Amino acid sequence: MAIRQETEEQEKKTCLYKRHVAEGAYMTPFAGFIMPIHYKDIQLEHKAVRNQCGLFDVSHMGEVTVKGRQAEAFVQHIFTNDIAGAPIGKVFYGMMCYENGGTVDDLLVYKMGENDFFLVINAANIDKDWAWIQQQADSFDVELANKSDYYGQIALQGPESEHVMETVLNIPCRELSFYTAKTMGDVIVSRTGYTGEDGFEVYASHAYIQECWDKLISAGVQACGLGCRDTLRFEVGLPLYGDELSEDISPVMAGLTMFVKFDKPEFIGRSALLKQKTDGVARKLVGIELKDKAIPRHGYLVLKDGETIGEVTTGYHGISVDKSICMALIDSRYAALGTEVEIQIRKKTFPGVVVKKRFYEKHYKK
Amino acid sequence: MAKVIEGLYYSESHEYVKIEGEFGYVGISDYAQHALGNVVYVDMPDVDDEVEAGSEFGAVESVKAASDLIAPVTGVVVDKNEALDDQPELLNQDPYQNWIIKVELSDKTELDNLMDAKAYAAFCEK
Repeated sequence: MAIRQETEEQEKKTCLYKRHVAEGAYMTPFAGFIMPIHYKDIQLEHKAVRNQCGLFDVSHMGEVTVKGRQAEAFVQHIFTNDIAGAPIGKVFYGMMCYENGGTVDDLLVYKMGENDFFLVINAANIDKDWAWIQQQADSFDVELANKSDYYGQIALQGPESEHVMETVLNIPCRELSFYTAKTMGDVIVSRTGYTGEDGFEVYASHAYIQECWDKLISAGVQACGLGCRDTLRFEVGLPLYGDELSEDISPVMAGLTMFVKFDKPEFIGRSALLKQKTDGVARKLVGIELKDKAIPRHGYLVLKDGETIGEVTTGYHGISVDKSICMALIDSRYAALGTEVEIQIRKKTFPGVVVKKRFYEKHYKK
Repeated sequence: MAKVIEGLYYSESHEYVKIEGEFGYVGISDYAQHALGNVVYVDMPDVDDEVEAGSEFGAVESVKAASDLIAPVTGVVVDKNEALDDQPELLNQDPYQNWIIKVELSDKTELDNLMDAKAYAAFCEK
């Protein structure tokens, strides 16, 4: 049996690292950080988030601020979603793309003030994104700052999150609607997350984040690792950069066109993405459900009549959905719902059928 | 502390083989099931398949990952533990009671390449 041995050297540590180790979390390198994968058990943590609530350390995420006279114009230039005329406190999900439509990263954009934006980017892409953002800013009057080392971040996710935020952290948040944020000094609180459940994210100094973490754990909130963050986001069809989005996988291929606003006259990648939308794409991201219990994993081949037509991007035996399911990037000719395909799992192939990527319904409080 | 049972032969990849006459029952050690976490699927070969010492013969899967099973001995599969199809968690509950495949050994001298309980316990300590 191949048991992976990983070193803890050279990985960055979040401000909650010592707490994870003290709790006995299983730690492993992820995106340049040493992060908790699970505390006791992925399934238990996953179910806590679906049924009550769970607490995540997501301090590895990167934060970039964009301020100045042309901040809004600049964000509109690099971001696929449309932030024009948004009220202060609004949060947007979208992508940054290359001219050819490939994805630099998927991110959140917070409108903190007029010409004041807060960008939340993937940990694995911090260096690449920061370089990219700076390169695009030459002809804009903006002030950029990479605040990734300053901010710690926690996510409290699940149906009981609102109650716990208010009673344990004393942060009033019932007035926050889905995808909006507020500030308390230099603390940012938003009704956002990446699990398909209602929930909140808090960005603040390391000291404040540590204090929140300790209060929540003392109150009995389940600490959750990145393992269940992945199973949770996957079941509701949310993409992970590196799996469902990449330099080679555009938002159109990934079925995320709703976050690409072609009404905007200009943004990087617009013409390539518009061409993909109009002419169609060679490969598309689909959901596949297997009839058998065998588990499709990232990189496994998808076949049709013995011919390779694509590969699995993420797969699990679902925890809230008791089936073997995956997302896969496949030849668009076979992407219609109901198409029968096969997945190669080690030496055998298993029959599957193309289904919607949303295997489990989201439960957002809007 | 992972449990190690006397009288079994262990591989460095954490499979064990329990010998009964010409047959060997192959499974994963307690150390292995701890390292894996909750087992959610066991991929086993079919009866009459040949397995070869040092080669992959199936996989045990946790939520997060698939780990190849490496055969500690060469031989022909004469039985597999079908209870694991419906209850893969048996490997977590008692990995030594719940073997994975039963193999008719083709070369018993291969056992010399495996560790006894004492050596394996020391190996796991490293």
